Amino acid sequence: MTYVMAQAAVETKWDWEVAWEFLPIIAEGLWVTVRATLVGTIIGMILGLILAVLRRSPRWYIRLPTIAVIEFVRSTPLLIQLFFIFFVLPGFGVTLSPFVSLSLGLGIHYGCYTSESYRAGIESVGRGQWDAAVAINLSTATMWTSVILPQAIPTVIPALGNYLVAMLKDAPLGSAISVVGVLAAAKGLASLTFRVTEAFTLVGILFLAVSIPAAIFVRYLERRYGFDRT
Amino acid sequence: MTWDQFQRLAFEGGWITVQVFVGAALFGTALSLWFGVMSLAPSRTLRIISRVYVETARGVSAIILLFWVAFALPIFLGFQVISPMVSGIIALGTSMGGYGAELVRGGIGSIPKGQTEASVSLSLTFTQRLRYVILPQAVITILPPFGNLNIEVLKGTALVSLIALSDITFEAQKLRNSRIVLLEQGLTAPTTAMIFSTTILIYLAMSQIVALLFRRLEFRLGGRWHKVKV
Repeated sequence: MTYVMAQAAVETKWDWEVAWEFLPIIAEGLWVTVRATLVGTIIGMILGLILAVLRRSPRWYIRLPTIAVIEFVRSTPLLIQLFFIFFVLPGFGVTLSPFVSLSLGLGIHYGCYTSESYRAGIESVGRGQWDAAVAINLSTATMWTSVILPQAIPTVIPALGNYLVAMLKDAPLGSAISVVGVLAAAKGLASLTFRVTEAFTLVGILFLAVSIPAAIFVRYLERRYGFDRT
Repeated sequence: MTWDQFQRLAFEGGWITVQVFVGAALFGTALSLWFGVMSLAPSRTLRIISRVYVETARGVSAIILLFWVAFALPIFLGFQVISPMVSGIIALGTSMGGYGAELVRGGIGSIPKGQTEASVSLSLTFTQRLRYVILPQAVITILPPFGNLNIEVLKGTALVSLIALSDITFEAQKLRNSRIVLLEQGLTAPTTAMIFSTTILIYLAMSQIVALLFRRLEFRLGGRWHKVKV
């Protein structure tokens, strides 16, 4: 459908009035996309931490499946994972809305990436810390929450920020599973009015307007929180 | 799933995927080298141009860029339409170039200044210096993350299914949509779960192959056996 649409739309170049009219609609779509990203980030940050801890388990029957899942999710396209959640799960009785599917898909996909960042952060905590915690007889839970994680997390924050930006840029994929986000708005407007140029260029510009400040924020995080632990 | 269906999915779809991947990877590598080197130019204008490219290419997600190249760009340039394959190669390559340029910049920056000075004192031209002295040394540093980047591009090729290019993902969608018709005709209609599971395994296999190729390339260029993190 969209391919045929492109052939039919031989419109003239840029019309500022049309662009101005499109702006609020695309901005609304962008807000949906941003919301999905935020939810996905929360899921991803929590899941990443859980996966990172599981991955370090001394029990092989926990560690190996965790590694398998992480590598599997990281080796396959997000789009297919979204299709899985949206099209395959209903067959097993789990039907999720497009928005939830997108957020969940983003969360799981990037959770696996963030787990590697968490892992790097955890491993950067000096060996002495682990030994000392054992020596003063802290329980595993206390050791993790009071000693290891507070030292591991700050280094991880910039990486998490990077993944947030990356997630924002992948969120428009939701249009493939009928999320009414920024891309659906653009496609809808384009097919309704045949003004393809304004629709898609506006999307690009608005997107840059969101992602570049986000990238600057991440760089700020890197300066503030990143430090080398020799 | 019949062999015929599988063959169409894996081999016909796979062939398109491979074409897009190789095209985008080559184009992206060329852009990375070009803009990576440009970002270290003495001229401030060139450095700014390079920076604008990198920020834009990284700030706009591949999917938005893909739609823009496929639908908006033809009108700007006066064409009727840009073929989906070419759109895919341009968009994915440009997006990859943004990240790759940073890798190249970092890699070249890690070469001691003495190398540049020695080359200048030996009267090598800029191109000779790059080709025979700097890049061969920089490649070892650049290659592992560059391999990961390529795998990201491979996963990104799944996006071209959204502009109706018959890659693996699109074939999977076609198969899924044809299920009703197949069932009516009493032919084998694989379940949606089966279709996407097969698809995801095909991508997994391709990722692993590419990862393997890069590991061998690293080894042959003298690097250690880095574990190419997917």
